[in-house]
Amino acid sequence: MLDFPLWKRIWLWGITLAVALVSVPSITSLSGVSLPDWAEGPEINLGLDLAGGSHILLEADPSQVASQRLESLEDSVRTSLRDAEPAIRIGDVSTSGGRLSFMLDNPAEIDRAREILTPLINGNGLVREWDMQLVDGNRMILTPTEQGLDQAVDDAMESATDVVRRRIDDLGTREPTIIRQGDDRIVVQVPGLEDPQALKDLLGQTARLEFKLVAANRQAEITEAEARANPLPGTEWVPFAEEEGLPGLGMVVNRLGGIRGDSLTGAQQGFRQEDNLPVVNIQFDAQGGAIFARLSTENTGRRFAIILDDEVISAPSFNEPILSGAAQISGSFTVETANQLAITLRSGALPVDLTIIEERTVGPDLGRDSIVAGAVAMGIGSVLVVLLMVATYGRFGIYSTFALVFNILMVLGIMAIMNTTLTLPGIAGFVLTVGAAVDANVLINERIREERRRGRRVVAAVENGYKEASRAIYDANVTNFIAGVLLFLFGSGPVRGFAVVLIIGLFTSVFTAVVLTRMWVAGWLRDKRPQDINI
Amino acid sequence: MRLLKLVPENTNIQFLKLRWPFYIVSLLLIAASWGLVMTKGLNYGVDFAGGQEITGTFTQEQEAPIGELRDTLSTLGLGEPVIQRFGDPNQVSIRVRLPESAEGDPAAAERIAEQIISTVTAEHDDFRVDSNNNVSGKVSGEFRDRAVFALLAAMLAIAAYIWIRFEWQFGVGALFALFHDVSLTLGMFALFQLEFSLQIIAAILAIIGYSLNDTIVVYDRIRENLKKYRKMELPQLLDLSVNETLARTVMTSLTLLVALLPLLLFGPASLFGMVAAIVLGIFVGTYSSVYMAAPILIWLGVTSQSFVPEESVADRQERKARGQI
Repeated sequence: MLDFPLWKRIWLWGITLAVALVSVPSITSLSGVSLPDWAEGPEINLGLDLAGGSHILLEADPSQVASQRLESLEDSVRTSLRDAEPAIRIGDVSTSGGRLSFMLDNPAEIDRAREILTPLINGNGLVREWDMQLVDGNRMILTPTEQGLDQAVDDAMESATDVVRRRIDDLGTREPTIIRQGDDRIVVQVPGLEDPQALKDLLGQTARLEFKLVAANRQAEITEAEARANPLPGTEWVPFAEEEGLPGLGMVVNRLGGIRGDSLTGAQQGFRQEDNLPVVNIQFDAQGGAIFARLSTENTGRRFAIILDDEVISAPSFNEPILSGAAQISGSFTVETANQLAITLRSGALPVDLTIIEERTVGPDLGRDSIVAGAVAMGIGSVLVVLLMVATYGRFGIYSTFALVFNILMVLGIMAIMNTTLTLPGIAGFVLTVGAAVDANVLINERIREERRRGRRVVAAVENGYKEASRAIYDANVTNFIAGVLLFLFGSGPVRGFAVVLIIGLFTSVFTAVVLTRMWVAGWLRDKRPQDINI
Repeated sequence: MRLLKLVPENTNIQFLKLRWPFYIVSLLLIAASWGLVMTKGLNYGVDFAGGQEITGTFTQEQEAPIGELRDTLSTLGLGEPVIQRFGDPNQVSIRVRLPESAEGDPAAAERIAEQIISTVTAEHDDFRVDSNNNVSGKVSGEFRDRAVFALLAAMLAIAAYIWIRFEWQFGVGALFALFHDVSLTLGMFALFQLEFSLQIIAAILAIIGYSLNDTIVVYDRIRENLKKYRKMELPQLLDLSVNETLARTVMTSLTLLVALLPLLLFGPASLFGMVAAIVLGIFVGTYSSVYMAAPILIWLGVTSQSFVPEESVADRQERKARGQI
C-alpha cells in the first residue's frame, strides 16, 4: 500500500503541479495583478454577483407568434386569390378561433383556389404548416398544424435571439452572454454594466415598424370609442404613442396592405432640413421600396401612419410620390431617442414581444466589496484550520495542510480550465470543499492514531489507517456527488454556482487527501524509517 | 511536541442510554418546526415570492434610517414593503411584492423600482443602489418547484445509495436523519423569519451533505463493528461505534466551524443567511447522526447477521474437512 514507484510519483506530482499552475492567472487577476503576456492562461469568470452587471431573463408569448402568422396568412390568401387570372372572389373572411375561414363566391372555383393555396399551406419547410378543410362545398378553413406552429415559434425565438445579440453588440459592452433557454426564453448577461436602464430600454422594444394607410374617410385623429361607434370593415384603430401629447387619440388605418419594417436595409439618426429636429432616416430594400413607391403614387395627398409597436409615432401625408426607397420618420424625438430607435430598427424587429420576467442587477461597488470580504474571511478561516490541524496531528497535520493548499489551487485550476464561473454561493461551496478535504484528512489521521493505540507497528498502522478510512471517505463523497449532480441538474442560478464548485471540490479533495498525502507519508516513512510517530 | 487531544482516548460515553428522551424531543422539534412553517410561514425572498428587491447603502450615515424609510415608503401605496438591515448598519434591503397587474409587465416593475429609488434619494442624497432584483411571479413559482424537487430527489437518491452500499435499515436511518435536519432548518427559518431564498436551498443541500458525511462515518464504523463483535448487544455496539468516531466528529465539526465563522462575521452580507444555515446544520447534522440515525437501527432490527456473507456449500465442506463442526 505504501509503495509508490518512481513513475507513479512523477505522474502524480505532474498532474498536481500542472493543474495547480493553471490557477495562477486566476489568482493574480482576482487580486488585481496583471501578468506578462506569455504567462496568460485560462481564467475563472466572475459571476455577476461578484463582478457587478445585469442578468435578464426574457420570455416570449408563443400565442403572439400564432396570431401574427394568421394575419400574414390572411394577407397572402387575399393577395394570391386576387392576383389569380381571373381573380377569385371571396367573402365572409374570419380569423376567430385561431384559424382562417372564408367563403368562395363561386363554388365552381374551388379546385383552382385549392391549387393556388397549396404552396401557402405547405410552407417552404419540411413540415406542413396549415391543414385545409372544405365545408358546405364553398367554405375553406385553414387550421394551423402543431408542428408548423412549433417550427414558427422556434424560428421566431432563433431570430429574436439574433436581434437581441445585435442590439446589445451595438451598445458596445464587453463580453455579453446571450443564450436561448428552453422553448421560449432568452437569458442575457452583461457583466460590469454601468447603465442597466439603457439595456432594458433596448430589450423592451419590439421595434416592429409598420407603415399603414390611414382609412380613406377617416383622416383625423379620433378616440377609440368614436372609432368603434362607426366601424369600418378592414380597418383598425391604433393609438398614438404616449409621448406624442395626444392622449386617448388614435387613427383608423387599413389593417392590411401596408409595409413592414422587415424590408428596411438601414436606419440612421439625422435632422430634418426644415426645422432641424431629430429624425430617423430609413432605407427600404428593392421590394419594400417598390411597394412604398406604389403606395405613395396611388395615394398622394393621403395620410399614412408610421406605427411602432402598435402605436402611431407620426402620421404625415404623402406630398409627392417617393421613388427613392428612402423615407424619414419624424415624431417627438430627442437626439438620444432618435438614435436608440435607429439602433433598434437597424438590428431588426423582434419577431415576437419579449417581456422581462427576471432581472438581477448588481452594482460594481457591491461586487468588489463581496470579493474582498469573501477573500478576507476565507483567509482567516484557512489560517485557523491550518493551526488546528498542525496542533492536533503534528507532522501529519502539515501534510494535510499541504494537501489543503494543493486542493484549493486545483479547484481554481480546474475551474479555469473548464471556464466556469465563480459566484457568491460558489465561495460558500469552496469553504465546504475545504471542510470535506479536512474531514478526509481527519478520518485518516484519527484512524492511524487508533491503529497505533491498538499496538500496530508504524507502517502497518499508516497502511491500515488509509485503507479503513478510505471506505467511509468514498461513500461520503459519492453521496455528496449525487447531491451535487442533482443540484446542478434541477437547481437554478445560485444553486448551480454552488453545485459546480462542490462537484469539482469533491474530486480534488479525495485526490489530495487520500492520494497525495499517502505519497508524502510513504516517502517519509521510507526515507527515515521512524520507530514511532507522533500523532 | 505534545499534540492537542480534543477528545480523551478511549471515551466510553453512553450516548444511547438517552435515546428515548432525545427521540421524543427530536420528534417534538420536528413537529414544532413543521407547525411553525405552516402557521408563521417562511419569509420568502423575491426568488420564491416574486417581486422587487433593492439593496443599497447610505454612504454618509452610520445607520440606515429604517423606521423613517418604512414610513415614507408605506405612503407610496405599494402595500407593506419589507425593509430590513442588510449587512452593515448603513445597508438596507427594501422588498415589495408586485401587484397582480404588474405580473409579466416589466415596465410596471421598473416604474415601482424607480419610484422607490427616487423617493429614498429625494430625502437621502447619499443613498447608493447596490443591487436591484426583480423576479416575476411566474419564474418564482418555477424556482419553488425546482427547489423542492431538487431537495426531494437528492434525499431519495442518497438513501438509495446507502441502501445499496449498506442495508435497507441504514438507508431508512439516513433518510430519517436527513428529514430531521431539513425540518429543523426550515423551522429555524420560520421561527426567526430569516429570508428564504435560492441560496438557502443550496445551504440546505450543503447541510444534507455534511450530515450525511457524519452519518456515513458512524454507519461505516457500525458495520465494521457488527462484523467484529458478533455477540455484542446492539445498543452497546452503537455506543462503541459512536465513541470510536467521536474524536473525528469533534475535530471535523470544529475545523468546519473555524472555517465558516469568519465567513459569518466578516464575509459579504449576501452570504450571511446561507452561511448561518450551514453553521446551524453542523450542529443539527452531528446530533442527528448520533441520536437519529444510530438508534433507529435498533428499532429497525439490524443484527450482526446483516453483514455476514451466506456460507457456501464449498465453505461448509471445507470447514467439515478441517473438523470444525
